Amino acid sequence: MADLSTDFVGIKSPNPFWLASAPPTDKEYNVRRAFEAGWGGVVWKTLGLDPHVVNVNGPRYGVIHGADRRVLGLNNIELITDRPLETNLREIKTIKRDFPDRAMIVSLMVPCEEWAWKEILPKVEETGADAIELNFGCPHGMSERGMGSAVGQVPDYIEMVTRWCKQNTRMPVLVKLTPNITDIRYPARAAHRGGADAVSLINTISSITSVNLDTFSPEPSIDGKGSHGGYCGPAVKPIALNMVAEIARDPETRGLPISGIGGITTWRDAAEFMALGSGSVQVCTAAMTYGFGIIKELTAGLSRWMDEQGHERLSDVVGRAVPNVTDWQYLNLNYVTKAQIDQDLCIKCGRCYAACEDTSHQAIAIKEGRVFEVIDAECVACNLCVDVCPVEDCITMRVLEPGELDERTGRKVAAEYANWTTHPNNPSSQAAE
Amino acid sequence: MANTPLTPGIAPSRLSAEDLARNFGDLHPPLDGHEAAVAADRCYFCYDAPCIAACPTEIDIPLFIRQIQADQPAAAAKTIFDQNILGGMCARVCPTETLCEEACVREAAEGEPVQIGRLQRYATDTMMAAGEHPFTRAAATGKRVAVVGAGPAGLACAHRLAMRGHDVVIYEAKPKPGGLNEYGIASYKTVEGFAQREVDWLLQIGGIEIRYEQALGRDVTLDALRDGHDAVFLGIGLPGAYGLDDAGHDGVRPAVEFIAELRQADDLSALAVGRRVVVVGGGMTAIDAAVQSKGLGADEVTVVYRRGKGRMPASAWEQDLAASRGVRFIHNAQPVATHGNGTVREIEFAYTEEDGPNLRPTGETFRLAADQVLLAIGQWLDEAPEGLERDGTTLSTQGAGRTSLDGVWAGGDCTHRGEDLTVTAVAQGRDAAEDIHATLMGEG
Repeated sequence: MADLSTDFVGIKSPNPFWLASAPPTDKEYNVRRAFEAGWGGVVWKTLGLDPHVVNVNGPRYGVIHGADRRVLGLNNIELITDRPLETNLREIKTIKRDFPDRAMIVSLMVPCEEWAWKEILPKVEETGADAIELNFGCPHGMSERGMGSAVGQVPDYIEMVTRWCKQNTRMPVLVKLTPNITDIRYPARAAHRGGADAVSLINTISSITSVNLDTFSPEPSIDGKGSHGGYCGPAVKPIALNMVAEIARDPETRGLPISGIGGITTWRDAAEFMALGSGSVQVCTAAMTYGFGIIKELTAGLSRWMDEQGHERLSDVVGRAVPNVTDWQYLNLNYVTKAQIDQDLCIKCGRCYAACEDTSHQAIAIKEGRVFEVIDAECVACNLCVDVCPVEDCITMRVLEPGELDERTGRKVAAEYANWTTHPNNPSSQAAE
Repeated sequence: MANTPLTPGIAPSRLSAEDLARNFGDLHPPLDGHEAAVAADRCYFCYDAPCIAACPTEIDIPLFIRQIQADQPAAAAKTIFDQNILGGMCARVCPTETLCEEACVREAAEGEPVQIGRLQRYATDTMMAAGEHPFTRAAATGKRVAVVGAGPAGLACAHRLAMRGHDVVIYEAKPKPGGLNEYGIASYKTVEGFAQREVDWLLQIGGIEIRYEQALGRDVTLDALRDGHDAVFLGIGLPGAYGLDDAGHDGVRPAVEFIAELRQADDLSALAVGRRVVVVGGGMTAIDAAVQSKGLGADEVTVVYRRGKGRMPASAWEQDLAASRGVRFIHNAQPVATHGNGTVREIEFAYTEEDGPNLRPTGETFRLAADQVLLAIGQWLDEAPEGLERDGTTLSTQGAGRTSLDGVWAGGDCTHRGEDLTVTAVAQGRDAAEDIHATLMGEG
């Protein structure tokens, strides 16, 4: 049995699955249920200074549905905790006492002034919490007040506040980053310079999920008006994976521990985040959609996959894919593939044909009896047919062997690696004579 | 082909080999990967899911379906086997339409439940095909338990006991294990020797010895078993089949016997079946016997049930299956007599009226031509071991199957608890094993 126990910058938990700072971790009742269900840790919903904030009294969430009303993305306009600081601190202490083996990280958001941080940090420390997470990520509401993503979008502020926190507490400091920036490496580097023990990402993405076409109000609608919310769920996973990878492979931040967040729904998503460098993962939308019971699938799934692959502990997995993330210019241009259609699996829907014929390279022929076949002389191996095919593994990409003729170019596939930096069409290439 | 469906009397070889193969092929062919993915996608992962409550073994159905969604059918299988070690057989034979799938919220929403049974088969088949047995034994306890009967209850009990570290000896009256899974269920529900493969797979846990042709009361006594073991579990089923008062004609036999013979036949074309078959009864055994008679090539098959259609123990789905195979149903009629000269020629019925729980003949009778009559009107415990209290025709038990004798537990059809389903027997065997374990380890 693979060992799922996690030691993330000294924060220990029986498994790497933490509930992200969000509504599911707002109070003792929920967190107790989560721990009883088997979650490894929680990041308590963001605390602020009293007087506590208030929330809207209308809808807080918007949604993007896939087929069959599957939740693909949620958007929320809920603010940080709307309960008194003392209430939260008391409950955090109680939970940490009752579940000493679980990770308890407390998310914080107070004004960008050192006194504010100095005031709240000792109170959190007193609860026995394992660490703090600085919420520099929420893009809605609090950002209008100069907090949340308003801080996360200014690297200098990130560095400054991180440094204050490191100077004023012995607890490890995680810095939660906003994806609402142009290059995630800059805020990550700033957190690193400020002495952060780790970064966690991504927070939610500024979004409007839909517009009511009867009232012309954005959703969720509060008395006919809407405000952008923070987008999360399976839909944001690719954005999050890229940002995690960018930090993991950046020379300035390489080795900085990462807690991965963004649309993690199954064990597989979690394993992917870990492979790209996440030492722990945080989950929210999946729990909000399906309940805490999914933790059984997450832990059993990760454990079984690790057993099957011969990985004994999480450190065997974390960061394993990072060396394979590279720049486009280094991709092997002598790697040639062609789509091939398994006629036994084909259900003759023709989606591959429509995609290829209308929008790609006219590389699929439709023959008598709706038989779809790839024309190797036209196929550029774009993968679009694979992506739109409704049957898994019906269309696959075959790798051409070295020496094999690529019918499209009329050239034989070269065995050696060659990339854009040495390509003759590249004006700045330094091709060997 | 020597005979046809119209050949008079009871005759073999009424259909071609191809027709027989088709008629006895897999009733629900297994889902392939694509079909499983599409079917699994429909599950909502309901909270406190109604399907779990509807499963006698309380399998965590939403979890196992989610594991299929997450590309781990083997993890799904582990979830199933944790609760039901015969999950492979139950996936095939459970009347899911009256259990989990009836409770599925998508049955309520769309009249089309998630295909839980077939997904369960997809998961369990995947793990069994890989040869993986996901359980290991706890440290040996030094305790020995006798299990009587290698049917679903006995096997489930034995496996759980072995897992808890006890040594188990199963005493089985027949030459093969499996009980009704091997001898009593329609063959199109469990093709390709699955019952035996499942037992072989189950025994991989280790610590279970099966002694065949050891019938309780004939070859072993309960007293001897109690003396030689720390506990005894009885999963002896209901060996006796009810007959008719007037049973003097050839061609009249219990349906369970007919089914057992069919299940053990190597060559279906050698099996004889009547041209006109009448099945008396209204449960699953009646349906299985009727559909299989038709499958063997009987020209006319009629099921006659003493009460109304709505009271039939066989599910509506099972009844529809039989009807689609050409079986005719007559309701509200009970057998009065068989007629013939040595061999049965006709069976006479009296129409009935229901008066609450009671049945009353209306006074009108009718006769059906029949050269074979199969009786599926219930089974009973013909010889209960000495000293065990009975509750009517079955053993009486308390709690998790405790009988009136200390150290003796019972489960499955020989007790009168729950429905007479494989899945119910598994739950009872499993729960008795846990109770035996707790008792033997001093926690009981």
